[in-house]
This record gives sequence, structure tokens and C-alpha cells, in this order.
Amino acid sequence: MAGDTRQLSADLRGFKEVQQLAYACAEAVAARLKPGITEREAARMQREWLRERGVRDWFHLPFAWFGDRTAFVDFKIPLQFFPTGRRLEPGMPFILDAAPIYRGYTADIGYSGSLGLNPVQDRLMSDLREHRELILTEVRERRSLREIYEDVERLMVRQGHANRHRAYPFGVIAHKVDRVKERRWSPTVFGFGTQALKGLAGDALHGHREGWSPLWSPYKFSDHPPQPGLWAVEPHLGFRGTGAKFEEILVVTDSRDPEESAFWLDDDLPHVRRWAEERAA
Amino acid sequence: MSGTILVGARERRVRTGGIELCVAELGEPGRPTVVLVHGYPDSKEVWSEVAERLASRFHVVLYDVRGHGRSEAPVPLRGGFTLEKLTDDFLAVVDAVSPDRPVHLVGHDWGSVQGWEFATVRRTEGRIASFTSMSGPSLDHFGHWIKQRMSRPTPRRAAQLLGQGARSWYVYMLHTPVLPELAWRGPLGKRWPRLLERGEKLPAGGGYPTASLPEDAAHGAWLYRDNVRARLRRPRADAFAHVPVQLITPTGDAFLSERLYDDLERWAPQLVRRTLPARHWIPRTRPDQLASWITEFVTATEDPGPAPASTGTGKYADRFGGQLVLVTGAASGIGRATAFAFAEAGARVVAVDRDAAGAARTAEMARLIGAPQAWGACVDVSDEQAMEKLAAQVAAEYGVVDVLVNNAGIGLSGSFLDTTSEDWKKVLDVNLWGVIHGCRIFGRQMAERGQGGHIVNTASAAAYLPSKTLPAYSTSKAAVLMLSECLRAELASKSIGVSAICPGIVNTNITATARFAGVDEAEEKRRQERSSRLYGLRNFPPEKVAEAIVEAVVHNRAVVPVTPEAKGARWISRFAPGALRALAKLEPRL
Repeated sequence: MAGDTRQLSADLRGFKEVQQLAYACAEAVAARLKPGITEREAARMQREWLRERGVRDWFHLPFAWFGDRTAFVDFKIPLQFFPTGRRLEPGMPFILDAAPIYRGYTADIGYSGSLGLNPVQDRLMSDLREHRELILTEVRERRSLREIYEDVERLMVRQGHANRHRAYPFGVIAHKVDRVKERRWSPTVFGFGTQALKGLAGDALHGHREGWSPLWSPYKFSDHPPQPGLWAVEPHLGFRGTGAKFEEILVVTDSRDPEESAFWLDDDLPHVRRWAEERAA
Repeated sequence: MSGTILVGARERRVRTGGIELCVAELGEPGRPTVVLVHGYPDSKEVWSEVAERLASRFHVVLYDVRGHGRSEAPVPLRGGFTLEKLTDDFLAVVDAVSPDRPVHLVGHDWGSVQGWEFATVRRTEGRIASFTSMSGPSLDHFGHWIKQRMSRPTPRRAAQLLGQGARSWYVYMLHTPVLPELAWRGPLGKRWPRLLERGEKLPAGGGYPTASLPEDAAHGAWLYRDNVRARLRRPRADAFAHVPVQLITPTGDAFLSERLYDDLERWAPQLVRRTLPARHWIPRTRPDQLASWITEFVTATEDPGPAPASTGTGKYADRFGGQLVLVTGAASGIGRATAFAFAEAGARVVAVDRDAAGAARTAEMARLIGAPQAWGACVDVSDEQAMEKLAAQVAAEYGVVDVLVNNAGIGLSGSFLDTTSEDWKKVLDVNLWGVIHGCRIFGRQMAERGQGGHIVNTASAAAYLPSKTLPAYSTSKAAVLMLSECLRAELASKSIGVSAICPGIVNTNITATARFAGVDEAEEKRRQERSSRLYGLRNFPPEKVAEAIVEAVVHNRAVVPVTPEAKGARWISRFAPGALRALAKLEPRL
């Protein structure tokens, strides 16, 4: 099958490694969450965990959202994405979102969970499976990104959910990630790493000339077929004050073989394992 | 059934403090005991409808309070009706009917005033398991309520005091000597049944009120004279309820202000609130709802296991908990959001749509967020027979619908001359006939039950906003608006409210499925996509319309425009219709 024949280049291995690291961080921090912990503390726990393991630069600093903030209820300005003093309570849903850069490779991941049982979020997580499949299929069909965006949104609406990635800057469902030069000093601006932003800006400039964009949005500038490269895809569902998302890297190549033209970088991730268990059950 | 009163009741006499009380029992004695205490001027028969409904699940006990019905009156009357003596009576009855198990107490009016006394004094501890209070505050809490407002009379508090002061006129009257007795034994007693029918909307007949009414009312005046002044002047400071309390407040009560219960959490730590759009005599006018709330509360107290996963937590859970709500067009958009909004308020939901999978999905999600039960049904609202069948099935399996939301609708755009008669038929069939069928079939069930309800029809801002691009759609919605207004007038006498909702431009899939008359298929597809995108840019969420619908039911509003443009257009249509007529001539570019 394709997986056997696929030769992982050294680069892809690097991205895979950092994505695994980021998910390991999210799982480790999620396991340590207790009632009363604030979003700021959860974000700091992620930051420290990753720093201890050699992360020096960020695509963006870790985020944490608790309760109805997982669905971005009443978010009006981007500053509201930053962690607050909201405390975690039993049964509350949470989302951890981290984007570390490790040895020049970028990851951007999202991890949803809840403190104890939360049937609504459980359902949202199950519903996300279809979105992962839909996105891959349509990218392989080389549909325009704007069209795929709208199809994902339609699926969300059919499921009864609201599209909450619309709240992200430019309403993006995904953005490109790339290799980043390792510098001794890598500052962040409003939580985003300057190196990564520089890369994104460079892409935006290139794309503008060539008619594509590194931001996968519902707008006209995304009305083009998928651009080869690595995309951090983050469909985000919201249902009446509860939100859930996953975020992981989708590899798009210029291969003609549909299987090779696009694939998820790694299938060994918590949400994918969870769906496999659901199917087995 | 009604006509005879307290069918199959076993009667016994219980001796207490030198008098005999008449006690009636229904249902199996092995079951949890529910004791129903009547108010003033009443006898235990006020509970007949509720008792009958509870008897299949509980051991139901009713008794005539001393001096009422077939219980004996104390001699002398003065000083014979103090709350202490009434507590003796209650304990005597409870010891006789349920010697080993605590009972569930339910009180209405003065029965509830007594109930608060029973639930807050030490000597009944262990004898009561729960207390359901309707329209009767604790005199001690009432005393503190007045004191608080007198000592710091802010304008709001003063208004609350005056409001309740005016509602309490009959209490002052009852304190005059002799006159009340004369009135009750004379003309008032004779006219009372008629007054109840007219003023309180009680169903006529049914053996209520009983023949003993004039005597009950004359004796019962001593309930007030023996207790009110004493308790209001020196309210007990330790009147804390030692049992879980369920408070059922009718919002249309002419004698008691809802504000009386504002600080009740302080006195009753385990409090469940319920509200009901009805007048004072709810045991007669809303027996189904009361029986279901009492059953739910008693069952939850008897078996306190882990709280059920899905109970309403929404803002209006007190109003819709356990009620049956049917929404058409519930597979998407406003209908689905409305089903969810009622589910969050703890209602049982029936989601109806042509799209079976979508309706089932709505029901499934509704259960996750608070609906104790939810069902999906695949029905085309324009199909009269299918609607009849649905109504029969719903009534048989889930009960009579409390709130009906006729929301299903389709879009049709295109100039009048391009619109074929086929197009017209289609849009009128769903948008107008669907609503007519819903109102007629489910409205009749509601009216026949005679215990109130509410119908919501989704009209549109297009109902009062002329436009050359939406002639058929606007016509259908204008008809729905007028139908709702007429129906509101007709059903008001049955306590059934009717609301028309005019949403405006809302981000739903009505644009994606709308028909565009007079253009070919490709152009229709393009216009559907284009209008969907425009509606998406406007991005007014259906959830906000759902909120407006729930509030329209709570406040019984007649016409509710929702989006700012719908509100603005309604305003202009009333004050400057010429401007709208000019706008109607514009052709929007799609």
C-alpha cells in the first residue's frame, strides 16, 4: 500500500517528530489538569514542558481555552484568544493549542478534552472524524480551497454545529507551515514567533504574485487549488458553548498519484487513535 | 373523571386536638405517600384532578383542613386555627396514613402557607421527605420580606411592597369581624363558582366547588385572623426548610406577587423553581403539568442517585422543564436551533422534518444538552394526512404538545410574471398550509385539553416588506402573520398564546434550497450560491432567532421581528410605508 512505498524524506520525519512532541506535551499537560487551574497556568505548563525538551522558538505561544471559551463564545477581538484567568471546573471542556518549532521544524497542534465526562464534547470529537476524511478527499480531488472550506462548513451545519474556525484571524481553517531558520534570539510578537511570521509573510508575497495564499480562508484569495507544501489544518466545531478541534499537518505534493498528492503527515495521533477505538467498539 | 369527584377514594376519620378530620386516600398504600393540602376557600376536592393523575404512581392522601369540608370545626373558632394546631393536625394525619415513612407534602394557597410551617419547624423533622409549594408563601418569610423592604425602601422595593399590598386587599377584608361570614353565607357564596369561572378561568362544573363552600369560607377566615398579624409582626428567625422544596409559581396570580420568592434560596437551600403561565387556581386549571412536576420531584427525592445526565440548565428551565415541544422544519436552521434552545430549557422535544436523518440528528443532539427525551419524525408539513397521523401518534405516545413551533418553510424568488402556478402551489403548500395544518390539528388538541399552551409561527420580515423579487414568498408569509394574529384572538380565551416570528436575514440553508423562478438551472444554482454567500456575510445566527422564539413564548409576545433590519422594516412599514414601496421597486443584484 501507499504507506509502505512512501519514502519519508528527512524533512517530513523532522515535522513528524515535532508534531509528536507537541501532542505528547498536550497529553501530558491534559493529564495534569485539575479543578481550579487557570488557562494561563495551563498555557505555561505547555510552554515549560516544551522548553524543557529543547523547544526554543514558536509558531505561536501555547494557548488554552476552558469552558465556553472552547467555542469562542462572544469573541470579538483577537486578544480574546489569549489565555485568561478562567478556572477549570469538573466536566468542563478544554482545548490546548501549541505550535512549537524544534530544530527548525514547525508543528501546530490542537488537543480537545474535558475534565471528567462531557458527553457533548465527546460527540463533537466523534463528529470531527468525518471532517478529517472530507478534507483529505477533496484536497486529493484538487478542489479549490474555498470550495473545500464551504463543504466543510456545510458538513458542520448538517451535523448541527457551528463553524468556529471562522473566529480565527481571516477565518482560516488552515495555514501553511514551513521550516524556520534557527536563531539564537527568536522573539514573539503578540504570541507569534517572528521567524514563523516572516516565513508566512514571504509565502503571502509569493502567493500574491502567483495567485495563491498561505491562508486557507472562505474568501476569494483562497479560490485556488491546494498549494503543495505543509498545511496545519484545524477544523473547529462549536455547539452551544462547547467547542472541539484537532489540528495537524496535511502534506500536499505535486504528485499525480492521488494517494501521494496529499496525505496526513501522521496517523498516530490521539484523536485518530480514538476514532479507531470507536470503530473497533 | 370530572363530573364525579375523588373517585374510588377510601375515607377515614382521624382524631386530633378534640376534633375529627376527614381523610381520603387513593392509590396503593405501599407506594411513596403524597399528602395534598388545600387552601382557602376550598376543601380537599380542589385536588381531585391532580390526585387522580398521581394515584397510579403514589399513595395519595388528602384531608379537609379543620373547619373545612367534612372535618369538624374547633370550638371556639377564635384561636382554633393557629399554625401550631394545624401542625398537630398534619402530624396526626401523617401518623395515621404513613406511620413509618416520611411523606411528600404538596400545598396550594393556605395549604402551602401551612406547608411552609410544617417544613420549617423542628417537630416535623423526619416526617416530611419533600415539599411542593404553590401560591402560598411562608408567613415568616413574608414578614421578613416586608421588614426588609420597609427598613430600606429603595424605589424598586417600595414598588414591590405597594404591588403586593394592593394584591392583598382580601386579607384586610377578612380581618373585619362578622361581615366576611355574612357575605360568604349570603350572596358571595352563591356567586363564587361563577366568579371563579370568569375571573380565574376555571372549567365549569366537575363538582367543584363543593356545597360546603360557604361554611368552609366562613370558618377559614380564622386562618387569617389567627395567624397573619401575629406572624407578620414577629416572624420566626429560624424558618429554614429542612427538606427539598419545589416552588411552583403561576405568573398570572392576582393575589401573590412573583417577587415574594426573590430571596427564597436563603430559606430553602435545596430549592427547585418552576413557573407556569396561569392564574391562582392551578390545581384546577393545570392538573397535567402539576402532576408531572410533582411526580418528577417526588421521584427524584425518593431516589437521589446520581443526578440524571440530561436536565435543563438553560435560563428558562423553570418554565419549560418536562414540557412537550414540537418543532417543524427542525432538521436545520432556525427549527433546529429552536429545538436545541427548548432542549436546553429541559423540554421534551419532537423534531419534525422532511429530512428524516436531519430530524433524527436534531433529536439526538437535543438529548445531549438537556432534553430528558427527544424524538425525530419524518413528516412533510404540507401533507395533511401525514400531519394528522403525526398528531395522533404524538398524543398517544408522548402527550399533548405544550409548545408548537410551525417553522418549516421554503424560499421562492422571482418576479410575479415568472412564477408559475406550480411554483405558487409549492410555496403555499409548505409555508401556509403547513402552518394551517399544524395550528388546526395540534391547536385543537391543546384547546381540547384546556390547560393552556403556546403556538409559534415562523413568518418573515417579508410579511410586511413588499418586494418585486419575492412576491410568492412574501404573500405566504403575510398570510402566516395574519393567521397568527387572528388565531391569537381566538385562542386567548383558552389560555393558548400565539406568536408570529419575523426573523429577517438569517444565515440558514433556506437560500441554498430556494427556488429562483424564471431562470435556467445553472443560473438558479449560481443565485443560490451567491445568496448563500451574502446571507453568510450577514451572518446572523439562527440561535439568536431561537432565543427570540423562546422569549416570545415566555412573555406571550404577538409579533416578534428579530434582526435589526426586520425591526427597522417593521417600524418603517407602520410609519412610512411609502418608503418601503419605493424600496420594493429595486432589483437586488445577485
